[in-house]
Amino acid sequence: MGTDSQRRKKGQFGNEPSLKGAFASVMLLGVFLLVAWVSVFILFLSRQ
Amino acid sequence: MDLAKIKAFDSRDGALVLAHILFAFFALFLGGIAGLLQSVVRGGMYTLPGGIGYYQLLTAHGVLMALVFTTYFIIGFLYSGVSASMGGKLLPVVRRFGWTGYVFMTVGGLIVLIMILLNKASVLYTFYAPMKASPYFYTGLALVVIGSWISGWGIFKQYWYWKKTHHGKLSPLFGFMAVVTMLLWQVATIGVAVEVVVQLIPWSFGWTEKINVLLSRTLFWYFGHPLVYFWLLPAYICWYVIIPNIIGGKIYSDALARMSFLLLFLFSIPVGFHHQLMEPGISSFWKYVQVVLTFMVVIPSLMTAFSLFATFELNGRSKGTTGLFGWLKVLPWKDVRFFAPFMGMLVFIPAGAGGIINASNQMNVVVHNTLWVTGHFHLTVATSVALTFFGITYWLIPVVTNRVLTPRMNRLGIIQTILWCVGMFFMSGAMHLVGLLGAPRRTAYTTYGDTPEAVSWMPYQAVMAIGGMILFIGVLLMVYNVAALLRSQKGVTAYPLGESMEPEEATPRYLERWGLWIGLSVMLILFAYSIPVMQMLGPMVPESPGYVTW
Amino acid sequence: MHIHRLEKIWLGFGLVMLFVFLAVLGVAAFAMGIQPPSPHHQMIDPTKVKETPPFDQPGIRQVADKEYEAVMTAYAFGYAPAAMEVPVGSTVHFTVTSSDVVHGFEIPGTNVNMMIEPGEVSQVSHKFTKPGEYLILCNEYCGIGHEMMATKLIVK
Repeated sequence: MGTDSQRRKKGQFGNEPSLKGAFASVMLLGVFLLVAWVSVFILFLSRQ
Repeated sequence: MDLAKIKAFDSRDGALVLAHILFAFFALFLGGIAGLLQSVVRGGMYTLPGGIGYYQLLTAHGVLMALVFTTYFIIGFLYSGVSASMGGKLLPVVRRFGWTGYVFMTVGGLIVLIMILLNKASVLYTFYAPMKASPYFYTGLALVVIGSWISGWGIFKQYWYWKKTHHGKLSPLFGFMAVVTMLLWQVATIGVAVEVVVQLIPWSFGWTEKINVLLSRTLFWYFGHPLVYFWLLPAYICWYVIIPNIIGGKIYSDALARMSFLLLFLFSIPVGFHHQLMEPGISSFWKYVQVVLTFMVVIPSLMTAFSLFATFELNGRSKGTTGLFGWLKVLPWKDVRFFAPFMGMLVFIPAGAGGIINASNQMNVVVHNTLWVTGHFHLTVATSVALTFFGITYWLIPVVTNRVLTPRMNRLGIIQTILWCVGMFFMSGAMHLVGLLGAPRRTAYTTYGDTPEAVSWMPYQAVMAIGGMILFIGVLLMVYNVAALLRSQKGVTAYPLGESMEPEEATPRYLERWGLWIGLSVMLILFAYSIPVMQMLGPMVPESPGYVTW
Repeated sequence: MHIHRLEKIWLGFGLVMLFVFLAVLGVAAFAMGIQPPSPHHQMIDPTKVKETPPFDQPGIRQVADKEYEAVMTAYAFGYAPAAMEVPVGSTVHFTVTSSDVVHGFEIPGTNVNMMIEPGEVSQVSHKFTKPGEYLILCNEYCGIGHEMMATKLIVK
């Protein structure tokens, strides 16, 4: 652990780096998974 | 980077790696020819000449792409990283394991291919009983599997030696991940080995008369699901360990990367029933149990997605980018060693979404054995994994042959990647849609006597053929690129191993307590399979004779 | 092991989503009877299909008001009986086995989609609310004539 990684880790909350972009990206991914699953589920129900 | 300090890759290790990579691309080329022919036949654009059958081609395509191309590339890539990260040179005994495995696999593989070409094994790469192929087909398969075990033991040996000579130190991430990959393979192949050696070989030689069909399928799919993780884990190794180096960043969390691999190991095996959801003889209860376990294997991939985005974002922030997506700007889009694997990552989003849908218990009725499934695995293995492997090739061949990736080769690589994505968009896209309409997979050209449903599928199948043609051009270009890399400008290329952002102490040591993880795996497998398999056994269970229906 | 706060939120979201999917599927399967095909285990000697009732007389017969049982055999490369007819609004219980290799049984556009395996009896039920000619096809590769293996259910 040196000053290099400490500088990189300095974020809004002091200890943790800012990963808002990563979070936004995975949430988009999550919404895609949700929409895809629900769409096929609706198709399944409509054929039941 | 101080060029004087780049250590050249050991030349004897390099020969072993190159032998695997080149055979892999040879298989891709042959498999690609088969795929092209299949797509134009189903597209209604071409009739095969007498003497070659659609299902023969399909068997060859599956074996060459899903068994040969993948396994050879994976073993070559893993050996390269094990050499580079754990000692800089393989032990002579480890190299011998590598070559022995290669010889067994190649002899076995050639026997398999000859049987397919002789039309004695048109049973597809899943070889479901009671269709009965030539006993030499099954023997060849057994040799391939045994060869792959020997190759795996070489990797275990090198890891064990590194641990012994670096007492108390955390193993290099690549080496750790290579061990998990081959451990997964070792445990998974037990199922197919039992099926082939105990059931299929004696039966196909005529030493036993009948076979327990449900058991054979269960043993196959016990293997068949972790097989796809055997393909995926090496792609993940590239994304976790290599890509941070390529982009000039660092590995986000060594600990979480190892944890994700162990979770993939645990939850990719006791889940084979999600490939058997439409079968009789397995209770709804046990199907659902294995569906629950399957959903658990999604978690390490969700972890991986976060880790990769975090790597990109922190890389961007360290270079001064701001905002939610500023980090996109500093990624090396024009570098094929990044661009190809990145497209693999991107495509894994719809690929994974489809996978969750496929595994969703009764919802599988919508897609089972339709072209949707074919569309799905052309995204997963044929794009996410394949493009990542192609991306690796652009630095791996230079590394092991003391050459460099020239700007011209890099440009050709970018073009090949784009061609692949375009072709796959059309082909896999059409497959997903026509699959939802009910078009079956693994089926030659037909309209079922001009039935309206089947006629309505034809435009989609034509689009599939166009995609297939574009992909075939992509195959040809990739093969050209491989040949050109072998003759590329001489130089020294460093092995692009990423460095962790965090110190060694941040990784808990229980992640390397192999006994613990193997023990957990065994418990999960016994839990998921003991009771349903016992219900498939016994003297009252009717067995089937063999049939040659082609 | 340190896990970033936002990663914990993401994984929490992911776990909840997967749990909700599993709950929906579980309730549908075990409380509403919407489950994968062939929930009841029934074995049969695959070499004696033609002599074993009810497969010794494949065909479609009425079992109750607007309810039919279709007893069928799959073989390379067709189904017995060859053609079937039911009135619209009927629920058909398909009971199918194979006299040779593994086959599929799929009615495109419906949720009828299951595997037919020698040694086992497969079952699925479907209510046909719309008239028409329904294609029943084999979607599991079974040999050289696989792409020709199909039959029809006419709903009048």
